Amino acid sequence: MKFGIIVFPGTWSDRDCYYAISDVLGQKAEYIWHTETQISNYDCIVLPGGFSYGDYLRPGAIARFSPVMASVEEFASQGKPVIGICNGFQILCESGLLPGILRQNDHLQYRCQWTYIRTENISTPFTTLCQEKQLLKIPVSHYEGSYYADEKTLTELEAKHRIIFRYATADGKINSDANPNGALHNIAGVVNKSGNVLGMMPHPERACESLLGSSDGNLIWESIIASIQRNP
Amino acid sequence: MPVSKEILDEIALKPAEYQLIVKQLGREPNQLELGLFGALWSEHCGYKHSRTLLKQLPSSGKHVLVKPGQENAGAVDIGDGQVVIFKIESHNHPSAVEPYQGAATGVGGIVRDIFTMGARPVALLNSLRFGYLNNPHNRYLFGGVIGGIAGYGNCLGIPNVGGEAFFADCYSANPLINVLCLGIAERNKLVKSQARGEGNLLVLAGADTGRDGLHGASGLASRTFDEEKGLRSAVQVGNPFLEKLLIESCLELAKTDWIIGMQDLGAAGLTSASVESASKGESGIEIDVLKVPRREKGMTPYEVMLSESQERMLVIVKKGCEDKVKALFDRYEIRSDIIGHVTSDKIVRIKEGNKIVAEVPVNLLTSPPTYRLRAKKPDWLAKLQSLDVKSIPDISLKKIGTTLIKLLASPNIGSKRNIYRQYDHQVGNNSVVLPGSDAAVLRIKGTSKAISLTTDGNGRYCYLNPYVGGVIAVAEAARNLACSGACPLAITDCLNLGNPERNDVYYQLKECIAGMARACKELKIPVVSGNVSLYNETRDEAIYPTPIAGMLGLIEDVNRHCTFGFKNEGDIVFLLGNAQADDSSLSGSEYLNIIHGLVMGDISIDLEMEKRLHQCCIELIKQNTIKSAHDCSEGGLLVCLAESCLANGIGFASQSWRTEGRLDAALFGEAQSRIIVSVASNLVTKLEKIALKWQIPITSLGITGGKRLIIKDYINITLDKMEKAWLSGLGI
Repeated sequence: MKFGIIVFPGTWSDRDCYYAISDVLGQKAEYIWHTETQISNYDCIVLPGGFSYGDYLRPGAIARFSPVMASVEEFASQGKPVIGICNGFQILCESGLLPGILRQNDHLQYRCQWTYIRTENISTPFTTLCQEKQLLKIPVSHYEGSYYADEKTLTELEAKHRIIFRYATADGKINSDANPNGALHNIAGVVNKSGNVLGMMPHPERACESLLGSSDGNLIWESIIASIQRNP
Repeated sequence: MPVSKEILDEIALKPAEYQLIVKQLGREPNQLELGLFGALWSEHCGYKHSRTLLKQLPSSGKHVLVKPGQENAGAVDIGDGQVVIFKIESHNHPSAVEPYQGAATGVGGIVRDIFTMGARPVALLNSLRFGYLNNPHNRYLFGGVIGGIAGYGNCLGIPNVGGEAFFADCYSANPLINVLCLGIAERNKLVKSQARGEGNLLVLAGADTGRDGLHGASGLASRTFDEEKGLRSAVQVGNPFLEKLLIESCLELAKTDWIIGMQDLGAAGLTSASVESASKGESGIEIDVLKVPRREKGMTPYEVMLSESQERMLVIVKKGCEDKVKALFDRYEIRSDIIGHVTSDKIVRIKEGNKIVAEVPVNLLTSPPTYRLRAKKPDWLAKLQSLDVKSIPDISLKKIGTTLIKLLASPNIGSKRNIYRQYDHQVGNNSVVLPGSDAAVLRIKGTSKAISLTTDGNGRYCYLNPYVGGVIAVAEAARNLACSGACPLAITDCLNLGNPERNDVYYQLKECIAGMARACKELKIPVVSGNVSLYNETRDEAIYPTPIAGMLGLIEDVNRHCTFGFKNEGDIVFLLGNAQADDSSLSGSEYLNIIHGLVMGDISIDLEMEKRLHQCCIELIKQNTIKSAHDCSEGGLLVCLAESCLANGIGFASQSWRTEGRLDAALFGEAQSRIIVSVASNLVTKLEKIALKWQIPITSLGITGGKRLIIKDYINITLDKMEKAWLSGLGI
């Protein structure tokens, strides 16, 4: 099994993702420079956080045109798992692989803090090892993380259980106190129609060891690993 | 003299210095040559007024690999073949003119100093000073500075793990922005800042060169200024995305054997980078300004050489490796051009095509005159120090609760969360102790070790007594590290003061340095890098003398580190150090400032006791004896207890509190050398034994638990109420 971690100019969570997947979980991982197009030999593609192209114009707006993105689309269409974290989520939305967009935080400030997210759907490849409604302690770090979609899209996301993570309080309540950025419906992570492409604002790769405050993020990586092993 | 005083003023050279240049050169310098001297002989680059004083600071130690002035930053060996590179630098003047870009490029500059040496930057800290935020201009400066640090630092993927912010009227319109960056490198892969080997090539990589930042070193950083003067064009504009690409490409380059040296372009741009690397390599250099890619048409050689456009690196490439170096930069879509080569004649030769436009021996440019000015203890100081405490009524029992709330809600004590949550402090997966603590703790991947980092420096103390204030800056930084369980390894210092040509300011500079030197020697902590920022005044009002100590410590076992919050109910809380704070501990205190509107009194510290206190605390943590440790500093004992309660929402109660003398001094006095710790009841004997070994007096204060802070009939207050006040402290 092999994870491919895409590196755009300006990406910075690439090394943290590599660390979590490789050093902590003992899986094989490789970096993929954004100009490469041959990615079919990987089992999961990771679009990490950072400021691809400096977030100039709009986060993800330039990175979506990188040569690798056509291959990511192809990869996703085969039903293989793709996870976009933070800037990766923004790129997936910009490229149309996920619905909606990430707007500026409602308080117009960058926000780096621990959050709790509640697992809303445990039948995706990213959550199979989670318990129903399980709370995960995972930090956010972004300026543009406020999820927005039109009413119709939101209704569909809700109906099809495609919102898989919501910001919650420490005791599991979904309310505005728990929402770090003004995201609609407290959305922290959504999947595509087929359920194999996930975008999430919190950084699971940062919650990989209790020494750093939480190892809850590993559940997401381990779920991916378990799903791939189940359906090679 | 063929040069007018106006021209000399513009580049901040004195007529006597001009005469010296003519004498040493044996002729009149042309305009470009004069510009080179102006930049390199500026206070900012040349340390004319501080160099002789700075020699007092000890810089040797068994861990020290690179001392001040040798390279762009100091280097400390942390074992396992790894080296920590770190340095603090000010960007005060640019931030006063244009806060967002001033602070942003301050981050950019110090980060380049670190990766220039082949070290991956892994942490930023910032030490900030502003006027009070009820003034709209100060709010503008504050918002801009925080935004600039966040905007630039977050984009680089370097965690901003700590620092401090302090407010006083003297920083109004002259804020202090000191940024510390720390990197980690392999010991045998350190890159030098040197141009060596005739025929090797000078490659300029990164941004194109524009007219931005002309005279940054000589004009902005080396004299006092008034905002009205329209110096905005001397402030540069940052591009953090390009900096990020430079970090990755230069670190990749550092792993190759294609290069001789690397030097970033900071103050005085290409002039300083080329001359300093030639000087360190004992070589000469030749540069053709026509080869330098420009942002604008019609730039003169003078403008090209003095531009402070950001995100540029000078790489000294081995002849024959230039194509490989270019290919590497190309991959990152970074422009790189060969702009000159190394020579053996120890002369800086600038050409414009075939025409030589400047020709000066390297050593003349790098040997500015140094000055030892007259230091005079200012007359006002004695009056300031003579505080008659008896004229101030002691606090009444009834007012203790409201006073605590007032202090918690004051900007200097209140939570700085609204600042640090705007910075990414976790990227890199090393942050074990996050901002808001006495010191940040970062683990070193692949080892069991961690490093601890802090910045400290109380300008108010230094204003009241610059010598003791200097001592306390170092002592308190070391105390912060001790509270995290770390043994101090090294210091980087940033000295922020007013105009040294005034003899009261020079006195402050001299005394601050002497005080820091004494503390460094006593505590055996070498100073490995630093920065001096003088002329911090506007309209003849100097800031408080503000030396900042940025300190690095080592924790052998990351699992044996400590934080300041109470951990469990039923633990016993002790004060390590003298329980009885005498009246003089009110001097310079936040209590006196907030409650009585006074900044007065004289301050003192017992360094012997301080040193033993650190050793005691470190051993208590190493032996897993205590659960929390918190430096008792601004706001005194009661504020310290409140903060330990608020960290994890665990209260405190004391029925046995004993106090003699003034109640306000006991509760809110800022006596030095005190740490509050909590310990499980079954380990109290162990604590007593270790404290006895280090001859540190201990006092049992009370027990943790509940949701209130209770001390006999003095105070009984809920954590919620305290937290609300504490979080409102910044007033933003």
